[in-house]
Amino acid sequence: MSAVIESHDHDHHHGPAKGLTRWLFTTNHKDIGTLYLWFSFLMFLVGGAMAMVIRAELFQPGMQIVQPEFYNQMLTLHGLIMIFGAVMPAFVGLANWLVPMMVGAPDMALPRMNNLSFWILPFAFFVLLSSLFMEGGAPNFGWTFYAPLSTTYAPPSVTFFIFSVHIMGASSIMGAINVIVTIMNMRAPGMTLMKMPLFVWSWLITAYLLIAVMPVLAGAVTMMLMDIHFGTSFFNAAGGGDPVLFQHVFWFFGHPEVYIMILPAFGITSHIISTFSRKPLFGYSSMVWAMASIAILSFVVWAHHMFTVGMPLAAELFFMWATMLIAVPTGVKVFNWVATMFKGSITYETPMLFAIAFVVLFTIGGFSGLMLAITPADFQYHDTYFVVAHFHYVLVPGAIFSIMAAVYYWIPKWTGNMYDERLGRLHFWLSFVSVNVTFFPQHWIGLAGMPRRYPDYALQFADWNMVSTAGAFAFGLSQILFLFIVLKTVRGGKKATSQVWEGAEGLEWTVDSPPAYHTFTTPPKVS
Amino acid sequence: MKLSNFAKFLVLSSLLVAPIFGWADWNALNMTEGATEVSKKVFDLHMLIFWICVVIGVVVFGVMFYSMYAFTKKKNPNPSTFHDNTKIEILWTVIPFVILVVMAIPATNVLKEIYNDEEGDVNIQVVGYQWKWQYKYLEDGINFFSNLSTDQDEIYNKIPKGEHYLLEVDEPVVIPVGKKVRFLITANDVIHSWWVPDFAIKQDAIPGFINTAWTIVDEPGLYRGNCTELCGKNHGFMPIVVRAVEQSEYDEWVSGKKQAAFELAQLTEKDWSVEELVSNGESVYLKNCAACHQVSGQGIPGIFPALAGSEIVLNNKSRNIEILMEGVQGAAMQSFANQLSEVDIASVITYTRRSWGNSEKGDGEVVVPKEILEYKSNNQKS
Repeated sequence: MSAVIESHDHDHHHGPAKGLTRWLFTTNHKDIGTLYLWFSFLMFLVGGAMAMVIRAELFQPGMQIVQPEFYNQMLTLHGLIMIFGAVMPAFVGLANWLVPMMVGAPDMALPRMNNLSFWILPFAFFVLLSSLFMEGGAPNFGWTFYAPLSTTYAPPSVTFFIFSVHIMGASSIMGAINVIVTIMNMRAPGMTLMKMPLFVWSWLITAYLLIAVMPVLAGAVTMMLMDIHFGTSFFNAAGGGDPVLFQHVFWFFGHPEVYIMILPAFGITSHIISTFSRKPLFGYSSMVWAMASIAILSFVVWAHHMFTVGMPLAAELFFMWATMLIAVPTGVKVFNWVATMFKGSITYETPMLFAIAFVVLFTIGGFSGLMLAITPADFQYHDTYFVVAHFHYVLVPGAIFSIMAAVYYWIPKWTGNMYDERLGRLHFWLSFVSVNVTFFPQHWIGLAGMPRRYPDYALQFADWNMVSTAGAFAFGLSQILFLFIVLKTVRGGKKATSQVWEGAEGLEWTVDSPPAYHTFTTPPKVS
Repeated sequence: MKLSNFAKFLVLSSLLVAPIFGWADWNALNMTEGATEVSKKVFDLHMLIFWICVVIGVVVFGVMFYSMYAFTKKKNPNPSTFHDNTKIEILWTVIPFVILVVMAIPATNVLKEIYNDEEGDVNIQVVGYQWKWQYKYLEDGINFFSNLSTDQDEIYNKIPKGEHYLLEVDEPVVIPVGKKVRFLITANDVIHSWWVPDFAIKQDAIPGFINTAWTIVDEPGLYRGNCTELCGKNHGFMPIVVRAVEQSEYDEWVSGKKQAAFELAQLTEKDWSVEELVSNGESVYLKNCAACHQVSGQGIPGIFPALAGSEIVLNNKSRNIEILMEGVQGAAMQSFANQLSEVDIASVITYTRRSWGNSEKGDGEVVVPKEILEYKSNNQKS
C-alpha cells in the first residue's frame, strides 16, 4: 500500500493541462465547477434573451413583435432553459467548486463521471435549441408540457425535446450521485455530519431529492414518447388513458424540483449572513432540521399545482394543509437568518447585499406561496400572473440572487483577486430595483385577472405590463455588468488573502487564494 | 458609507411601494370581490391571508431592518456570539403553526361549500375546443359555440381597440339570476380551463373527464372570463362571457333559441346557390378554420396543412367531407359534425374548394347541405 502511495507522490503538484484539452478531458473538480458556472451563465443569457422577447411582446396590448405560436415557443424554452440550463447547473458548479474544499477532500469522489455529467449538458441544450429551426417550430406547450397538448397536439420537435430532457436528467442524476458519494465518504477526519458546513448539508439534501425525482421525470417523458410513437394511450383519453395522470407524475417530480432550485440557496445565504454579521449562525441544527423537513414535505404537496383539475374534496384539503405546513420550517429559516444578524457586527459588501435581498424577496415569494396554498383563493390565483410573480420572486431574487451572492463571495477564493466592490454594489442596486419593478406589478395584474401564458391581454392590464417590461429590460442589461465584473476579476485585481473575509470560517478559507490545482491531498484535521 | 447604503435602500424600497398608494383605482390591482356569495367569501379569505402575511412581514422585516440599522460594524464593533435558544426556537415554530390553523379553518369551510355541487336548476355542459367554448343546455337541448368576436385588425393594431378588447364573444352563455346554475366542464381536444373571476369559478376542462362547478348570480349583467390553461396557439383568444338575465328574459331567450334551431333545420332543405354557399362559407371559415389553416389557406408548415392546392380539397370531395365530419385521428383536426350545422359544413367545404385558385387547379365541385345530411344518415353510428 505505502509503495503505491509513494509512487503517486510526485504527481501531486502537477497543474492543469494546456489548451482546450484541459477543459475537454478534465477530471478536476475546480475546472468542472468553472465549466458548469460558465455554461449556466451562457444559458442564463440565452433564456434571458427569450424573456426579453416575451416582455417586448407584452409591452403593449395587441400583437406587435411575434406571432402567438412563436410566443408559446419562447415561453416554453425560457422556462426549460432557465430551470435546467441556468439555475441547476449553476448550483452543480458551486457544489463542484465548494463541496470538496469544504469537507477537506482532494476532489469529487467520481471525477470521470463528473466530466461526463458536465459534457453531456451542452448536447442536451444543443438538441433542445435546434428544435427552433425545425419544421413546426420548437416545443410550444409550456415548460410543464401538459399532455395531450405535448403529445397528440405537439409539433414534431417534441421527440427532440424528450431526448434532451433525458440527457439533462442523466446529467443531474450523475451529478447528484457524485455529491452524495463525496460527502458520505470523503469528509476530513473529525468532520461529523453535524459539523458539515450548511452549504454541504443543503447540497446533500438536494442530491437526494434529485435522485428521487429525476427518474420520475424520465418516466413521464418516456410515456409521452410511447404515446406519440408507439401507439400507447397513457395520457390519451380517447384511448382509455388519463391526461390528469400526466400532471400527477409531472408534479411529483416538479415540486421537489422547485426545492432542488432553492435548498442550495439556503446553504449559501446562511454562510454569507453569518460571515458578514461576524457572528455564528443562530441555529445550525434547526437549519439542518428545517431543510430536511422541507425536503420531506416536498413529496406530499405536489397536487397544490393541480387544485383546479377536479380532485375530490379530501385530496384538496390534504394538499392544502400539507402545503401550509411548509411555512413552518421556512419560517424557522428566515427567523434564523434574522436572529443571526441581530446583535451582529454587520458590513454590507456585495455578497451580503445580495443575501439580504434574497431573504427579503424570497420571503415575499413565500408569502404569495402561502396565499396560493389556500385552495379557494387559488381558484382565483391559479394560472394568472400572480403565480408568475410568485415563482419569479422565489427563483430570480431567490435562487439567482443567491447564486450571484455566492459568486461574489467565493470569487476571490477561486481567482485570487478581489472583485471591484463599487461595481459589485452598482450591479446589486441595479438588479435589486429592476427585479422588483419587473415582478412586483405582476402580482397586481394577476390579481386583477390576467392569465399567464397569454401573448396578448385586455386593456386594463396595459399600464403595469409596460412597467414590468421596462423593469425586465433594465434587469437584463444589468447582467451584462455582472459579466464584465466577473471577467475583470478573473483577469486581475487586488490580491485576496486566504481568508478573504474577516468573518469567514470553514476549510475553504484555509487554503490559498486561488487554491492550488489540487487541494487537501492530505486531509486536514477537523476538531 | 454603510449608512448611506441603507438610506438608499429605504428610499428605493419606498419608491417601489409608493405607487400602491398613488394609484387611483385600487380595484384594478386587486382580486375582484365578484358577484356571488361564494366569490365574496373567497375574496375575504384572500384579504385575510394577505393581511396575515403583511403583519408577519412587518414584524420579521422590522426586526431585520432594525438589526441592519443598529448592528453595523461601526455601531457595534464587537458582535455577540449567542446562538441556539430552545425557548425562542419552540416559540417561532409554534406561533406560525397556530396562525396556520387559524387560517386553515375558514379556508376549509369555504372549500366545502364550493364542493357542494348537487344538481342545479339549470345544467349547462361546457366543452373546451381549440379555441372556442361550446355550451349545451342539458334540459332545453340548446347547443351553440361561443367565439372571440374581437376583430383581427384590433389585435394587429390596424384599428383602435374596443373597450372589451379580447373579452368579447359572438354569443355569450345565458343564465337566469337567482337560480343554481351547474356547469359540467369538459374538453374535446387538449386541456382548457374555464374561469369566470366574478363567480370564483376556475375548473379545468379535461378530455375524458367532467368537472363540475356551480354558481348563483344575483345581479343581471355581463360577466367576463378567460381560458386559463395553455391550450395552444390561440390560448389567449378564447374568452368567456356569461350574460345573467331575469328569469322571464331567460325563458324568452330559450324559446328564441329553439325557434332558431328549427329554422336552421329548414334551411338544410333549401336549394343553395354557389354564391350563397361561398359567401356563407367564408364567414364560417374565418371563424372556425382560419386560426390553423390561415386566412390564406396556406396553413403553417409542419403543424397545420395547407388547404390551398391540397389534393383532397382539389379533387377528392368525398374524403373532404369525411375529414370535416370525422376529424383526423392523432392530429389537431377535430370533427365538426356536431359543431357546425349542415349548411355551414357544406358551405365551408364549398368555400375552400373554390378559393385561393383551387377551383382552377381542381374540380371545384360544390357541396350542398343535403349531401351532409346524406352522409350523416349513411354513417349513423349505432
